[in-house]
Amino acid sequence: MKAKEINRIMYAAGILLLAALMSYLFNWNQSVLNRFLIIATLLAGYPTFLKAWKAARLKMFSIDLLVTIAVIGALIIGEYMESAAVTFLFLFGAFLEGRSLEKARASIKSLMDMAPQEATVLRNGKRLVIKAEDVVENDMVIIQTGQKIPIDGRVASGNASVNEAAITGESVPISKVVDDQVFSGSILDSGYLEVIAEKVGEETTFSKIIELVEEAQEGKAKTQRFLEKFAAIYTPGIMVLSVLVWIITRDVHLSLTFLVIACPGALVISAPVSIVAGIGNAARNGILIKGGEVMENLAKLNAIVFDKTGTLTNGKPAVTAIKGFGLSENELLLMAAEAEVISEHHLGRAIVKEAERKGLNLLNKPTEVTVLKGRGIEVNLSGKLLYIGNRKGLFQNKLHIEKEVEFYATEQEKAGNTAVFITNDKKVIGIISIADTIREKAKETIAQLKREGIEHLVMLTGDNNHTAHIVGEQLGMDSIYGELLPEDKAQKVKACMGKGIHLAMLGDGVNDAPAIASADVGIAMGVAGTDIAMETADVVLMADNLDKLVHALKLSKATVRNMKQNMFFAVGTVALLLAGVLTKNVNLASGMLIHELSVLFVILNAIRLVKYKPFRSNKHATVKKHKNSLPARKVCVEC
Amino acid sequence: MKTIKEIKTVKFQLETLTCPSCSQKIEGVLNKEQGVEEAKVLFNSSKVKIQYDSDEVTSDRLKELIEKVGYPVLS
Repeated sequence: MKAKEINRIMYAAGILLLAALMSYLFNWNQSVLNRFLIIATLLAGYPTFLKAWKAARLKMFSIDLLVTIAVIGALIIGEYMESAAVTFLFLFGAFLEGRSLEKARASIKSLMDMAPQEATVLRNGKRLVIKAEDVVENDMVIIQTGQKIPIDGRVASGNASVNEAAITGESVPISKVVDDQVFSGSILDSGYLEVIAEKVGEETTFSKIIELVEEAQEGKAKTQRFLEKFAAIYTPGIMVLSVLVWIITRDVHLSLTFLVIACPGALVISAPVSIVAGIGNAARNGILIKGGEVMENLAKLNAIVFDKTGTLTNGKPAVTAIKGFGLSENELLLMAAEAEVISEHHLGRAIVKEAERKGLNLLNKPTEVTVLKGRGIEVNLSGKLLYIGNRKGLFQNKLHIEKEVEFYATEQEKAGNTAVFITNDKKVIGIISIADTIREKAKETIAQLKREGIEHLVMLTGDNNHTAHIVGEQLGMDSIYGELLPEDKAQKVKACMGKGIHLAMLGDGVNDAPAIASADVGIAMGVAGTDIAMETADVVLMADNLDKLVHALKLSKATVRNMKQNMFFAVGTVALLLAGVLTKNVNLASGMLIHELSVLFVILNAIRLVKYKPFRSNKHATVKKHKNSLPARKVCVEC
Repeated sequence: MKTIKEIKTVKFQLETLTCPSCSQKIEGVLNKEQGVEEAKVLFNSSKVKIQYDSDEVTSDRLKELIEKVGYPVLS
């Protein structure tokens, strides 16, 4: 039976109940009143009976069956008022729960509504409007002001300001020009773009977000598993109790009442509804939290390890100085840029960018390129062997470093630069200094994290120790480790973990993936477009913005708090109901009423999370955090 | 020779699910069906995700089953 039909039945039964109430008030005779009530019972009970029957025929147990038995029993013993109330409340409760659950789940729905519907593509010189899912790779897609971008792709021509809120949760428009990456689900604020489709349909970042969020909502929290276990014992337990009560007291009414309260409604829904609202809130803000358990772990965190580049710093290093030993600045830069032109490394790209900025023409193509992981690259450039990289690679090649070179390099490093050595097969021929700027909000974020109960902040980097310490100390990190290879980072993370420590690793998700995977909670930041990072991390911050880390942390605490409130409330209600039934203060109708109200209460409580904003008032947050830091620490000691 | 099984995945959107116990009912019925590898109810998005062997069972049959337990399939 469709929800609409059930609703109609519910309204009709409601009118009948009103009629019954009138007849009671105006003292019509008892038989008229009873007739109204019996018809209302049968009407409102019909959907429930039908469901119970359908499930029973397939040999499935259902709560509907318990309610059906209780109602039939009530009709037999002549409790028409109660039977009518129970059936009506059961329907009405489900109706209200459906409505409010939709609100609790609204975030993900609003996200799904952002899905692009149609696309304008250029095929054979003609503009065609087609369904978004029919766009194929390499299609040229045209997007105009106000339209949604239907695919992930690269801008081929045009320029525009684009709102990427669907992906990053940030509604400030970003300017997009040729070669920039654009994402499906974003809205073109103003301008015009022609984009070459790279990822279409289910492959787009947007589709993946939806998919991940849907899965995440089902990821069960520990609290939830506990409640489910409880419920699994509770329902059959109450049924047995109901039979026992009947055998001992022969009180049919009492044992029927037990059946009505046997449904563990508020109990089983209390945890998932908070998690859903929390995950939904996160998703709308560009944060993917993969399930209830991750949410609980996030709330427990007391240590965070940062991979410096791309999280604490902008991850966009720029060349600050060039020094050639025996050749000019431009000669050195040109050579290095030609060698690094194929490099994916951010330092390599900084060199190439600088050469392009200076208008140098990169003519020669390197051959025999060897990437020395964590050290640099070795190439053959027009017949000459060239090494570009850090100190570690120098030692490995057993190259002698002259005093003058050493002095210069150390000086650069002390100033917070990364010194990139360029050598031929004999000696160092030059040093290019590169520096990455610290994010504007990094210091503030670190301070906030400390206030949120993060007691240990660690910074890891592949950069030299001088740079590492300059950046780390400036930000107030507790421990700083430099000159690490990617595999060292994972080891360091493992070394930091231990008893009472709940540790998160935050990185850009590309070259620190192993470290992210080894932490209690792996967090990848600014990863829109990189699938692997989205899949390996437990928490994904889509936007390249540290604020989101604080948001995620505060939200997780609020969610866990909400879940606990719901849990205590649900268990408390069950205890009260049991006591009420045993002392005969609760009958069929009021039992059902209390039950439905308790379910509604936990849902409404969870809905508060949908609108939760961690940055509304800082004062408030500061007061709260003291309360929070206590249970967090207690948890640490326990495990 | 046994042919390699072809496993397909289908997702059905249901009307808003309000009680988590419904999930157990739907999963129970589907998992009993021949050819169903795994049925999972996504309670919070009110969807059912089923992996099934298309040689043994059709998606129409699966849809019919869900409706038979009492849950209309929207899409």
